[in-house]
Amino acid sequence: MGLKIIVLAKQVPDTRNVGKDAMKADGTVNRAALPAIFNPEDLNALEQALRLKDQFPGTHITLLTMGPVRAAEVLREGLFRGADDGILLTDRAFAGADTLATSYAIACAIRKVKDYDLIICGRQAIDGDTAQVGPQVAEKLGIPQITYAEEVVSVKNNVIKIKRRLERGIEVVEGKLPLVITVNGSAAECRPRNAKLLMKYKHSSTMSERAEKSEDYLAMINDKPYLNIKEWSVNDIECDREQLGLSGSPTKVKKIENIVFQAKESKRLTDGDNDINQLMKELIENHTIG
Amino acid sequence: MNGNIHKFSNSQIFKLKEMNNIVVYCEIEEGKVADVSLELITKGRKLAQDLKCKLEALAIGYKLDSIGSQVFPYGVDTLYVVDDKRLEHYQTLPHTSICVKLFEEQKPQICLMGATTTGRDLGPRVSSALKSGLTADCTNLEIGPHTETKTGKEYKDLLYQIRPAFGGNIIATIVNPDCRPQMATVREGVMKKEIFNANHKGEVVKLDADKYVSASDFAISIVERHMEKSKVNIKNSSIIVAGGYGVGSKENFALLYELAAVIGAEVGASRAAVDAGYAEHERQIGQTGVTVRPKLYIACGISGQIQHIAGMQESSMIISVNNDPNAPINKIADYVITGNIEDVLPKMIKYYKQNSK
Ligand SMILES: Cc1cc2nc3c(=O)[nH]c(=O)nc-3n(C[C@H](O)[C@H](O)[C@H](O)COP(=O)(O)OP(=O)(O)OC[C@H]3O[C@@H](n4cnc5c(N)ncnc54)[C@H](O)[C@@H]3O)c2cc1C
Ligand SMILES: Nc1ncnc2c1ncn2[C@@H]1O[C@H](COP(=O)(O)O)[C@@H](O)[C@H]1O
Repeated sequence: MGLKIIVLAKQVPDTRNVGKDAMKADGTVNRAALPAIFNPEDLNALEQALRLKDQFPGTHITLLTMGPVRAAEVLREGLFRGADDGILLTDRAFAGADTLATSYAIACAIRKVKDYDLIICGRQAIDGDTAQVGPQVAEKLGIPQITYAEEVVSVKNNVIKIKRRLERGIEVVEGKLPLVITVNGSAAECRPRNAKLLMKYKHSSTMSERAEKSEDYLAMINDKPYLNIKEWSVNDIECDREQLGLSGSPTKVKKIENIVFQAKESKRLTDGDNDINQLMKELIENHTIG
Repeated sequence: MNGNIHKFSNSQIFKLKEMNNIVVYCEIEEGKVADVSLELITKGRKLAQDLKCKLEALAIGYKLDSIGSQVFPYGVDTLYVVDDKRLEHYQTLPHTSICVKLFEEQKPQICLMGATTTGRDLGPRVSSALKSGLTADCTNLEIGPHTETKTGKEYKDLLYQIRPAFGGNIIATIVNPDCRPQMATVREGVMKKEIFNANHKGEVVKLDADKYVSASDFAISIVERHMEKSKVNIKNSSIIVAGGYGVGSKENFALLYELAAVIGAEVGASRAAVDAGYAEHERQIGQTGVTVRPKLYIACGISGQIQHIAGMQESSMIISVNNDPNAPINKIADYVITGNIEDVLPKMIKYYKQNSK
């Protein structure tokens, strides 16, 4: 029994390593100074899919991402690690989407894929830390969700059993496929690239990427259809355009501010006995401690 | 489901302002309303006063007779209760169905939920069904006017949903002009829990579970559940000794526990210290941990990145122990001790003992 799995992955700026040059003088973010990476928890999501593929031969993993042309990088990364197929959802019409409009576009694309048993996403993307897209996609598709998944315990007779990691403990739940799961960072790390797959998919590319390549190059890849990464625009999916991008986003950014902390006038002390003795006396006398 | 009904027309929005209420979703664990929900009710009470509307709360679970007496002192006017054996433990679909149907009936203008594993599971599902916006992890909520830059259209009394963005490097104010309810989640400890009036009495409205949930809402079943009561209580501690990556090892953290035991404090940690395995996740303070406001905060080997400061800047007094005299945290500290924690902490312990006798 092979499963049909769709993994949702996002390309994100690496906000974990925001250096000084990443912030412009006016307090806005200089996106160009941040490397674009595979959203970390989406790698955990991919690993869960790959494990199911190990367990159930014939499993097919489609990686789906919505983003600019460059986001095809995460699809290739996924192919190198064992995904079977990639879809890039890209169009100006999707730009400026909040999580609701994002999940609408993604749900429409998933409807076009049509045949799926399981949709796996990361718990949250590190650019917004919202953790909203997974559950919102599930609702739009009208299927259940299991969030904070740490491990797929089993899949048997169309029933999936999942261990969830919550703030105060764990929960094991089960439900019938199809459904959406969102995977925690505490789940198993993703396996590295596979050397064979790297060779195989090195030249995989989307239509937009091919537009810039030479004729010879195109001839070389043309007879290998698996090198073709699907690229879908708004015209390729059935959707209500009003619900996409900026117009489909109820939330608007009103204001962006730099963070300023009130600097205090601090008393400087050494690590010498005198200074610390003095300090402790003070803290006791003014009842801060004791 | 046709969500378009939730995009209210302009005239409706105008009317909404007068009449529609704020609702707080209450998380309940073993018959007790979670702190995060009481914190949101406290905030909701203030917002309701600004908007001159009522504050409502929604409790879903089993054996909920005491919920009213728990939430009314914090200012709840109306408590909706859905009490049913099948709802004993939180589950996404039944709770979603109840929220969605209730909000369709009551059309609240604002809905607040905890940014917990429950609220962050439920909130997006509900907002997706209602096609209303949702802003995660707000650090502040205010009421204010808004003008759409493109259309020039003016709005009175919107909810400003203020949250850190881009890994906490900037603060964004988000508004949701046209869709209702305006939904936001807030992490535990970010808002303060305060009794509004110990004698405040609200009305309990019991809802019939069968009218709100259907059999298909129980598609996911809970097979096993192991929940632990939280062991650490840094949020309510008046003194916190917090350690960072600079503490250097789990063993060195013992020094912090020793100091904490002597002066009656709880031990907290930075994310770098938690990630390095020096301390448990529950102890993490900051944007993605808990927010604390102790009388005294002793930061040991913590550099003071914005995401950490966001969770402790409201401490009444801050002492920084750091071997780098220019550590960013020193700017917001009342006392800066320049030195190694290995030297400084034993001395603090020694001189506290000497002087307190
Ligand atoms: C989205 C996001 C959310 C985040 N959320 C949080 C959060 O909730 N909480 C949080 O804390 N961080 C959070 N962070 C991480 C944060 O940016 C910092 O990386 C983290 O706070 C650094 O921890 P630190 O100060 O302990 O470590 P470091 O920055 O490595 O600082 C160590 C300090 O110890 C000092 N030191 C070294 N040796 C000694 C010694 N022997 N004696 C005394 N001092 C010494 C050094 O001078 C230095 O100042 C978040 C980051 C992101 C991107
Ligand atoms: N643009 C996108 N393309 C593909 N997947 C996405 C996108 N945005 C969000 N996701 C998925 O939804 C999860 C939660 O994202 P977020 O709600 O933005 O925190 C991510 O971990 C991804 O799996």
